[in-house]
Amino acid sequence: MYTTFWQRLDTIARRMLPVAMTLLLALFAGVPFHIPGFGEMAPAVVLISIYYWTIFRPDLLPTPAVFAIGLMQDVLTGMPLGVNALVLLLVFAVVLGQRRFFLGKSFLVMWWGFLLIVTGAMAGLWMILSSLDGTIINPLPAVFQGALTVAVFPILTWVFIRSQQALLRGV
Amino acid sequence: MKQRKGSVLRLATPIKVLVQRFAFLALIAATFALMMLGKADVVLLERVRAVAADAITPILDALSRPAATISEIMDRVHQIAAVDAENAQLRAENERLLNWQHVARQLSAENTQLKSLLNFSPAAAQSFVTGRVIADAGGAFVRSVLVNAGEREGVKKGNVVVTGDGLVGRVVTVGDRSSRILLITDLNSRIPVEIESSREQAVLAGDNTDLPEIVHLADHVTVAVGDRVITSGSAGVFPPGLPVGIVTSVSGSDIRVQPFIEWSRLEYVRVVDFGTNGILLPSVERPPPKH
Repeated sequence: MYTTFWQRLDTIARRMLPVAMTLLLALFAGVPFHIPGFGEMAPAVVLISIYYWTIFRPDLLPTPAVFAIGLMQDVLTGMPLGVNALVLLLVFAVVLGQRRFFLGKSFLVMWWGFLLIVTGAMAGLWMILSSLDGTIINPLPAVFQGALTVAVFPILTWVFIRSQQALLRGV
Repeated sequence: MKQRKGSVLRLATPIKVLVQRFAFLALIAATFALMMLGKADVVLLERVRAVAADAITPILDALSRPAATISEIMDRVHQIAAVDAENAQLRAENERLLNWQHVARQLSAENTQLKSLLNFSPAAAQSFVTGRVIADAGGAFVRSVLVNAGEREGVKKGNVVVTGDGLVGRVVTVGDRSSRILLITDLNSRIPVEIESSREQAVLAGDNTDLPEIVHLADHVTVAVGDRVITSGSAGVFPPGLPVGIVTSVSGSDIRVQPFIEWSRLEYVRVVDFGTNGILLPSVERPPPKH
């Protein structure tokens, strides 16, 4: 089939969707919403995005992009550089290894899988930051943050499914 | 021909997998290297962080405006609902404040007279810039915010950050047009304070909760719930007398302070250059481990 320059550009733009969406979510997560207590419990939406796209379009989520998104989160949150990058890369690798299991499974199975991933990611963050700081950080806010992340998972996943159907069909 | 192509493919796939594996491991190694470098406090890394923050500042600035507008509208709705009660309250408060103003005028005049008697040298002049909070994505592990004012506006590392309510924190990283502020509730925040009524010195140590803890208080001192806590200016780290918070709970050696700042409403902050460096010496930086 003959493809024009514009068609190719269109395809490239569409193929950037997973990375672009994840980046945008990472930025959005940093915006002050002025809701009491929200700052410390804001759902880790980037995890949801990485989880979803690793299962459904890992070809559009290159490893260096995951690394870069993690670094940007580090800069944004003020955490030591490399912490979020490491956690996201590990999440990416683990989900990639299990993606065949999730494909074609029901939504509830995916949700359950995400619960495990969030638990692992939060525990990982907690361990890394505690050891970097040399103290034991109070884990309770992380538990709340994890719970909230699992709670918003269906909403964001719905958005991802919709945008995948609308923009990535056959791309 | 077909067979040959197949054999090339058979060879190419494992190589591709190998390259991908290698890239993954290299990136993992890079994250560890970054963390180690960060731990060693390399100036270069701080610079990188500042530049990166600068790069995303315009985006964050734009994104945070609508959010701020919405919260302002919500605020207005709340205010209109409570306008009557607030009016009565303000009248009463106004009366009280006029009284205080009278007292303040008297004291001020007296103070000037006494100072001239003592040849008192006034504190160094201070300058400040106002910044808007454009990101507070601390998550569960850090308490810091990004502000859209940086070196260009005259912000320096170690500057003290306040609002009309009280002490917010201090500047830890400065970029060209953005800077990061470590809030007084952060795990790494240590602020020399004193109890206003007794002038007893202590250190306010954040632990990522909303209620930082008072440590290094002398044993004989008694602190009561409701005592005001202000900065002490000891070691020239912070200027003395900035309002910090109110003691909310005292149970044994665990004394908690409720800061005057309402964190969720933090929008505009003042970054003040008092000529102090805002950084505690390492000897007082870490409190002894708790048991």
